[in-house]
Amino acid sequence: MTSTDEKWLEKKISRRSMLKITGAGAAGVAVLASGMGGIAKAFGFDILDDDQTAENKVNFYGKHQSGITTATTSHVYFASLNVLVESQSELQDLFKMWTPLAVRLMNGEQLEEVSQGVFTPPKDTGESSGLNASNLTVTFGVGPSLFDNKKLGLSGIKPTELNDLPHFPQDQLDEKISGGDICIQACADDPQVAFHAVRNLVRAASGKVTLKWTQTGFTSVPKVKDKKETPRNLFAFKDGTVNPDTKSTTDMKEVVWVQPDESKSWMTNGTYLVVRKIQMHLETWDRTSLQGQEATFGRHRDSGAPIGKKNEFDEVDLDSKDATGNPHIPVDSHVALARTVKDQIMRRGFSYSSGLVDETGAYDAGLLFISFQKNPQQFINIQNAMGRVDKLNEYITHRGSGVFACFPGIQKGSYIGEKFFNTY
Amino acid sequence: MKKSPFLLSSILLSAALVGCAQQEASPQPEVAAETIDLQTEVDAYKEFAIEQMNEFVLETEKFTEAVKSGDIEEAKALYPIARMYFERSEPIAESFGDLDPRIDARLADVKEAGQGEEEWSGYHKIEYGLWVENTTEGYEEIADQLLTDTKELRARVETVEVTPDLMMTGAVDLLNEVSTSKITGEEEIFSHTDLYDFQANVEGAEKIFRILEPEITAKDEALTDSLETKFDALYTLLDNYRVGENGFVSYEELTAEDTKQLSSAVNQLGEPLSQMGIIME
Repeated sequence: MTSTDEKWLEKKISRRSMLKITGAGAAGVAVLASGMGGIAKAFGFDILDDDQTAENKVNFYGKHQSGITTATTSHVYFASLNVLVESQSELQDLFKMWTPLAVRLMNGEQLEEVSQGVFTPPKDTGESSGLNASNLTVTFGVGPSLFDNKKLGLSGIKPTELNDLPHFPQDQLDEKISGGDICIQACADDPQVAFHAVRNLVRAASGKVTLKWTQTGFTSVPKVKDKKETPRNLFAFKDGTVNPDTKSTTDMKEVVWVQPDESKSWMTNGTYLVVRKIQMHLETWDRTSLQGQEATFGRHRDSGAPIGKKNEFDEVDLDSKDATGNPHIPVDSHVALARTVKDQIMRRGFSYSSGLVDETGAYDAGLLFISFQKNPQQFINIQNAMGRVDKLNEYITHRGSGVFACFPGIQKGSYIGEKFFNTY
Repeated sequence: MKKSPFLLSSILLSAALVGCAQQEASPQPEVAAETIDLQTEVDAYKEFAIEQMNEFVLETEKFTEAVKSGDIEEAKALYPIARMYFERSEPIAESFGDLDPRIDARLADVKEAGQGEEEWSGYHKIEYGLWVENTTEGYEEIADQLLTDTKELRARVETVEVTPDLMMTGAVDLLNEVSTSKITGEEEIFSHTDLYDFQANVEGAEKIFRILEPEITAKDEALTDSLETKFDALYTLLDNYRVGENGFVSYEELTAEDTKQLSSAVNQLGEPLSQMGIIME
């Protein structure tokens, strides 16, 4: 953090976000008091608090990072960054600098409440002013390439399971929308709030990171009598029916959260994020008969029930046969193939629409697939099972790919990735 | 060439900011009441601008002579070099809304202003003759007019009221020029000598930084360090594209990856550069 950054952070911090420090727990922490309220500092970075009075707020601090098992929001702005920093300590400073900014953003606050000077650009780009926190979550992860950067000296703490995803059948990956050293996933119920978060984090890190690729996404959750239903993808099929229960600690421990001794120690309570930009060929899909569409997924379009069943959550029975003796659910359907794999993942996908594909004039639209799992292998196994035979392949093309190790949650007084840096 | 008037007074700017500020009980940003004395710096910058303008007139004289004598190769060689003096001092050169387009308008600017091609004059018109038509014939009058306009610009520079705000806004603006037209190859669409303008714009911004450097260092040493590093990085990158003593490769030789790298280095310099205003606060 440059000294200018520190100065403006010190200048104005709202009273409500001031950390109240009591007793001996505050070792190594000094309070800078001023007329406007104070801000705690520890080891050269600022400590802010979650503001429980903020509207539509998700907490930043916790055992796990937000934006993983917290409620799905209607928008995402996903950014993959490459680092320009040239040493481990600079990288560490970057995450320290980001920590209080992320807290402020998730509190729905501007990075600076009132512009401090008229001769310099405002610290906050300002487009979220007047909007509430909108359930913003900011999730940070690090990609395999970060560990391969020799200047950073991180190779010793690279988890063995963190590697670029293998090539899958039907992949048409574009290097320009794949990979990255760091990811920031900003989810919010307002697209402008999500965009603002990434924009300001990247801007504050000018000269330290550079954007590699970004993607917006959206999803809409239908509600029946206030009860949330499974959202639909752009093919109109329900997406995420078989997700594990985010409320179940057991499920989450089994599927999502890295447990002690399962990986490098800094990953405990962290998870792996897999992102795939999957173009869906809407034009060809829309020319497919309803029967053909349902046979592709293995489910009924309207109800989401397995073919031959009535309700979305009815058990998938691959042995169930129709009058002519053929299985209700075709063996090459998406559902049937998914059933052949034991592995589970936690999907938190969004649809995307990004104009047109230059060469064809077709929609560049589809699925910004995001899944969380304690080991990328879970995703790899599932994707391999879909492989060549998945009927859905005819209608989709995987264009972008990334895998990122998401740090465990951040405790107040700590900073993003502290355990990561303290492994040495 | 710029599309909007360059000089936006700081008073107007402050008024607009205050008008937009949130209606809370919090204090409004202070309009700079106590201004520091930057007269020495302002004088130094004006002197620099006049030096550049003197050179600009001399080089334009050589250029227009080559055009009038029909020496296409000589004219082509002089074109990008002469323009660098203009590009270095653009914050000042652009102050004159009538002269700037006469000297530096691109065909696109003329059309945008709703004018016909017949009203197009100046450097870029001759650029079209040299690189597209490969001739100087029929451009003699344009050359005469260009030299007259250039001399008038030089004379009028004496009257420009240089302010610290003009300098700091100007430095950022020079980089913005690079970001919006040089990096895209739109400035020199016929000669593809955009990298000369690029280099000159950056040097123009650096000059302003150098003049203000002691003030900046006194206020925030880290900002000076950051600017040093970022200027260095950008020059180093530009050096990759040098040919000969004063030359640069054609813009057409740059790959998308090259322009992306250059653009990124410009943006990384632009951020700290936009912080120079702290010396006024």
